[in-house]
Amino acid sequence: MGEEPAPLDETEQALLDRLEQELGDGVIEHADMFGTLVVRVRPDVWRRAAEVCRTHLECDYLSYVSGLDWQPAPREGDEAGGDTSAPVQPTEMTFGVAGSEGRFQVFAHVQSTRRHWGVTFKTDVDEAAPRVDSWVSVYPGADWHERECWEMFGFDFEGHPGIRHLYLPSEFEGHPLRKDFQLLARSVKPWPGLVDVEAMPGDDTPTEGEAAAVEETPAEGGPVEPPTEDRADD
Amino acid sequence: MTDIQTPALPEIEVPAESWRHLADAMVNVELDTGDMILNLGPQHPATHGTLRLVVRLDGERVIAADPIIGYMHRGYEKLTEVRTYPQVTTLINRIDWLSSFANEVPFIHGAELLMGIEPPARAQYIRTILTELSRIATFVLFLGEMALQVGALTPAFYGFRDREHVLNLIEAVTGGRFHPNFNRIGGLKDDLPWGWISECRNVMKTVFDACDTFEGLVAGNEIFETRTRSIGIIPADIGATYGVSGSNLRASGVDWDLRRDGKPYLVYDELDWKVWTHPDGDSFARYWVRLQETRESARMVLQMLDQLPAGPIMAKVPRIIKVPEGEVWVETENPLGQMGYYIVSKGATGPFRVKIRSASFSNVSILPWLLRGVYVPDIITILAGLYFILGDIDR
Repeated sequence: MGEEPAPLDETEQALLDRLEQELGDGVIEHADMFGTLVVRVRPDVWRRAAEVCRTHLECDYLSYVSGLDWQPAPREGDEAGGDTSAPVQPTEMTFGVAGSEGRFQVFAHVQSTRRHWGVTFKTDVDEAAPRVDSWVSVYPGADWHERECWEMFGFDFEGHPGIRHLYLPSEFEGHPLRKDFQLLARSVKPWPGLVDVEAMPGDDTPTEGEAAAVEETPAEGGPVEPPTEDRADD
Repeated sequence: MTDIQTPALPEIEVPAESWRHLADAMVNVELDTGDMILNLGPQHPATHGTLRLVVRLDGERVIAADPIIGYMHRGYEKLTEVRTYPQVTTLINRIDWLSSFANEVPFIHGAELLMGIEPPARAQYIRTILTELSRIATFVLFLGEMALQVGALTPAFYGFRDREHVLNLIEAVTGGRFHPNFNRIGGLKDDLPWGWISECRNVMKTVFDACDTFEGLVAGNEIFETRTRSIGIIPADIGATYGVSGSNLRASGVDWDLRRDGKPYLVYDELDWKVWTHPDGDSFARYWVRLQETRESARMVLQMLDQLPAGPIMAKVPRIIKVPEGEVWVETENPLGQMGYYIVSKGATGPFRVKIRSASFSNVSILPWLLRGVYVPDIITILAGLYFILGDIDR
């Protein structure tokens, strides 16, 4: 983000002041994101941040809890294979609003139904041992969101009452929303993309594959017999 | 009497870990003593798709309920990472398939915010009209279908019949009845066709008539009231912590509508309208609120048809859409509740990450709390009253 960060408006500033008052140096960074306050907190105050929101900021409504993986997806030529059809993303790891220390982050959004304000929280998650405190004891609705995040990113939510798969079957391996998890549909069959490999009916110009096949045909002439023997059993 | 010999067992060594699944099954059996486990779904008419509910019963009462979702999980959050921005709208059309147009709006709005594009006023008006039309189509179907779930067949036909008029309107503009894919970054694909405005006014009269019919036939029906009053009460604070939103939360007395209270989007601040709430929080309140909101939407459409400005429908947009680096969170009031997208862009033609916050997911996550202690027939009423779409849960 090369541009000058947008200043906070009055409400956002008041919310931030209150958060800093309660969490102290737990608040690492903040930013305004098109009118939404984004606050990055230290992982050890993650649950405390939710409690402060619930009790002091009147944020009674939990919108979502989810994860972020800032590592770029592997492209073709990398060891992990890759997907040539996807839009080309930058290859170096950059972090978004309010920054990050490592690859993984958890973010969540809480809102107030009375005051109509909301705060987005982010916190860093260690890559080697991805764990973060659970919000279920503060916002019961975090239950399903954290189960989804656990299976999609592999983050461990400490204090969650019963973490188990939500969408995927229980024998599923891997964490699909991590960037190094290749989209299954693409690994089974490469995406044709813009190149239409099949000739349209009535189209005489041979495609690449057909042209190669023509060259391989023996030039002895005469009609080629269709292989009927294989079908004798039918 | 012949001796019964036990069959010889093949001497195969079974690895210890292969017994794990059997052990899981045994746990369930042991917990069942005295209670009954009832499997609702995945193919149940009340579930609008494939939601499975495992409920443990003591007699006719529910002790515990566990919704099992994921039968329709399509992995849209992953798929958006291999699509360009214009291609993503095709996917998100299919999240909540009853109000597809309303799904597109927040995503396109988010991309426009990141690109700094302001769509022309006429495009914003037509977007708002079509969003409200999707809301009417969704709710009119609900008004009929809710009656079907408590045992009245006729209103369901009325619901489908009256929704058809609205779908025809949407089809006339967009070409698609269910999946319009009509929004473009910077505006809309096409303008309204000739004669559409007068046709729309006529259909709104039909919608008012339909609401009157449903009010008399269903909401005023003694049997319906008995089946829905004080059934499935969601207290406002509990509902909010579970993320229940939209009409479901307004039926619990929370005066919160993102069209009015959220960050301004579309043209709702130029219209004269009202947010309806009901203090009771039961299934009847949810029906009543949606009934009023259908009328309110029809009124809004009529106002917008009167105020519809002339002008272009597309802003100036580069041929190849590259969204600058940044992040944005956009939330809108969809028919089913709060719909939001958290878009992370890294300056490419496609998004880096999109978090899709769909309304039904959170609306349904309250079911384990809500279903405790209710009777079996009321499960159906509560499911119908919450009104979810499986595509909106599973994404």
